[in-house]
Amino acid sequence: MAEIIHSKKALAVNPLKVSQTIGASLAFLGLNRSLPLMHGSQGCTAFGKVFFVRHFREPIPLQTTAMDQVSTIMGADENIIEALRTLSEKSQPDVIGLVTTGLSETQGTDIHRSVREFRAAFPEFAHVAVVPVNTPDYVGCLESGYALAIESLIETLVPESQCAGKRPKQVNVLASAMLTPGDIEAIKEWIEIFGLRPVVVPDIADSLDGHLVEAEYSALTIGGTPRSEIEIMGESTATLVVGPSLYKAANLLKTRTGVPDYRFEGLMGLDDCDAFTQALAEISGKPVPEKIERQRAQLQDAMVDSHFMTGFARVALAADPDLLGMQTRFLLGMGAEIVSAVSPHRHESLAGLAIEKVIVGDLEDLEIAARAADAQLVIANSHAVETARRLGLPLFRAGFPQYDYVGGYARTWVGYRGSRQTLFDLANLMLSQHHELEPYRSIYWDESRNESNKGEHAREHHVIASTAAGLVH
Amino acid sequence: MKASEIQALLDEPACSHNTKEKSGCAKPKPGATAGGCSFDGAQIALLPIADVAHIVHGPIACAGSSWDNRGTRSSGVTLYKIGMTTDLSETDVVMGRGEKRLFHAIKQAIDSYAPKAVFIYNTCVTALIGDDVEAVCKAATERWGVPVVPVDAAGFYGTKNLGNRLAGEAMFKHVIGTAEPAPAKPRADGLPTYDVNLIGEYNIAGEFWHVAPLFDELGLRILCTLSGDARFHEVQTMHRAKVNMVVCAKALLNVARKMQDSYGQPFFEGSFYGVQDVSNALRDFARLIGDPDLIARTEVVIAREEAKAHAALEPWRARLKDKRVLLYTGGVKSWSIVSALQDLGMKVVATGTKKSTEEDKARIRELMGEDTKMIDDGSPKALLSTYHEYKADILIAGGRNLYTALKARIPFLDINQEREFGYAGYDGMTELARQLALSMESPVWAAVRKPAPWAKGVSGAVLAA
Repeated sequence: MAEIIHSKKALAVNPLKVSQTIGASLAFLGLNRSLPLMHGSQGCTAFGKVFFVRHFREPIPLQTTAMDQVSTIMGADENIIEALRTLSEKSQPDVIGLVTTGLSETQGTDIHRSVREFRAAFPEFAHVAVVPVNTPDYVGCLESGYALAIESLIETLVPESQCAGKRPKQVNVLASAMLTPGDIEAIKEWIEIFGLRPVVVPDIADSLDGHLVEAEYSALTIGGTPRSEIEIMGESTATLVVGPSLYKAANLLKTRTGVPDYRFEGLMGLDDCDAFTQALAEISGKPVPEKIERQRAQLQDAMVDSHFMTGFARVALAADPDLLGMQTRFLLGMGAEIVSAVSPHRHESLAGLAIEKVIVGDLEDLEIAARAADAQLVIANSHAVETARRLGLPLFRAGFPQYDYVGGYARTWVGYRGSRQTLFDLANLMLSQHHELEPYRSIYWDESRNESNKGEHAREHHVIASTAAGLVH
Repeated sequence: MKASEIQALLDEPACSHNTKEKSGCAKPKPGATAGGCSFDGAQIALLPIADVAHIVHGPIACAGSSWDNRGTRSSGVTLYKIGMTTDLSETDVVMGRGEKRLFHAIKQAIDSYAPKAVFIYNTCVTALIGDDVEAVCKAATERWGVPVVPVDAAGFYGTKNLGNRLAGEAMFKHVIGTAEPAPAKPRADGLPTYDVNLIGEYNIAGEFWHVAPLFDELGLRILCTLSGDARFHEVQTMHRAKVNMVVCAKALLNVARKMQDSYGQPFFEGSFYGVQDVSNALRDFARLIGDPDLIARTEVVIAREEAKAHAALEPWRARLKDKRVLLYTGGVKSWSIVSALQDLGMKVVATGTKKSTEEDKARIRELMGEDTKMIDDGSPKALLSTYHEYKADILIAGGRNLYTALKARIPFLDINQEREFGYAGYDGMTELARQLALSMESPVWAAVRKPAPWAKGVSGAVLAA
């Protein structure tokens, strides 16, 4: 059981936290022909856009209700209605995710009422789904905002029904914000190999994986979960829930549809992966395929190979709660020690981690704890580059944002293969900073002992493995 | 901030945008708006001041997705790279604890990082709940003995451009003129030293370091750059310069004009992009300082540097000659880039004029010829269709359009503030040429435009948007 300690500082230094608004927007970017609309100042959207563009290296559809000083005071409901009308008219999206910001929440907006007014005023756009989500940024973090969006999505788009299992091969996957496009691809393949058909919500592997398409430009997402698939989630035979942040959304889905669910805190490491495989075998009624058995054996092999490097490794880890939990369990399972764990937000799942404490704080907190505990490796997002440099440690990038590492957004962490590759990379990072022992020089030795035939001193060979700058993964 | 004060800034008299029919800043349209806010603009303008603790006062959104996101470089201290925010919680907002938290946050920043000064950036939420940031800054300055400067540029005041001005205003009101510069060290060569300021130069990717040695050589001491690689003390002493140069666009014109009014400092607008523009900038300094010897020495340096630059550019010119460019930048920035591209023998076939005045447009015709296409609509769709229609070879634009280009399989050059390469100065031109050739000559374009061997009839249809 971990003790949760709230950082008591008045000033957040080198923030780890990203707003709920951004998180909710990310969820909508995983739906097909969709568009997140932020109800706030135009800057909220501009910053969000740059954030996503730099992380995914993709064009990102994102719009704003463009609140200014006057509409903030006099009421900005008109802005919402006008924005919804403009977008419906211009782009004909399947889904608009209407997410609030700190500005509109402080102002006291009622987005649900505005959506009703929009419906009444513009019945011709009834085919455009609008999913409203309240995501003030003075509460929560990226992951919790994302979870709120999934909850609202289920309430808005999944009809109440009692036909669970009508499609015996269809399984729902509720995918946490910690999963990358690479992760979701791996999860889909995992499910498909059992002869099942996954409906992943949201599916950023289909929209933000980075692929060139024929069309040069689109104002909407060019992939992701189709709305029609979300509407038939109630007919699935089971729901697989990945990430504790989505358990509340899972409750909602279960109440509305009666589809039984299987819950997983994460999908890294042997135990996590086995639990998932076991669930798929149960749902499909099929034996575990040979291919999966092989991947499992490969992971086992990598575990024994790399335990020399990961054992007792002192890791400083900063991430949103789901990712922090998954990585912590994975690393502990390899004999590593988590000497500093920082989350930007408190979630009840953190208390269950088998480490001493989790700090709810920022990257400065991580840096201080890592220095005090003599950490050997930092796992965090790209903002920790400077942190790691000051600590003289390698950085293994995980989470949002990763803007200085090509392909970081697409990395596969989960599954037997993802876990195996992560072990290799971790082991290599540890090897790269392996400290050789300082040679002992005997008092009886003669000067000439290290001389070459030419009489010069042989080049000294003891390697002080570099813990200096630049050694970042 | 009062609406009337914002209006006064929008009516900047030195800005030609206000004398032409194009009104400076139109109201943003819900559902059809792109671009940053005033807070963004204020940060762009001031964050490069390297020894200042920059605190964003508000909930997490403003700092959380924007810190550690700028391309500016410092030659020494890097305090500006530490992200700081009061990260207000729900209780802070509801119970009105923002001011108290800010006061303690300032103390924490001073205790942990010993900054030369602290800048407090107001944001929408704190402006809305009425936190008196100015009063907190005043109290904190008195209490802790470190200058604490309010930058009241909440996002919803308006555009990025307005934010630049608000930031400049804050410097003029609270910082400039509050300290005296140390006298310049006498030069070994016995030449006189003249103090100058650069306003609106941000040292993106360290590009100003291409130009800085020439200033030293000529005896021009840069008292302060507002704000690339600047230090707080340097901003305090800006009122002692003999000449100000406004480097990038109209954004900080208000600072230059007010300094002219208050301190009698003449200013000129110029750029460090393109051989011709660098030379002109150096000439303008010498001319405004009015020392005949400096004027003569400047010509010698220009002749030498131009010869060197032309020699270095020769091999690139052969490769870039007659290549066609679609340029899309805001406002005046395009001027400087156009001249740089023409130096390379390239042809600008179309340019964005969304923020341009009639006067600007006349200049575009003069510089680029009558048949240059002017684009008012900067949507990705419009850019792409112009690109094809005018058979351009490369799109040059800000980072926002990077993936517009790449998704359409066309070469691209980024000229915004997050870019990784410096193009300023005579030396920067070679880098510019190299980057242009690198993208245009890349073998990937042909490869990705080629249909798969098993595919038939690939079309480049634009999705209904």
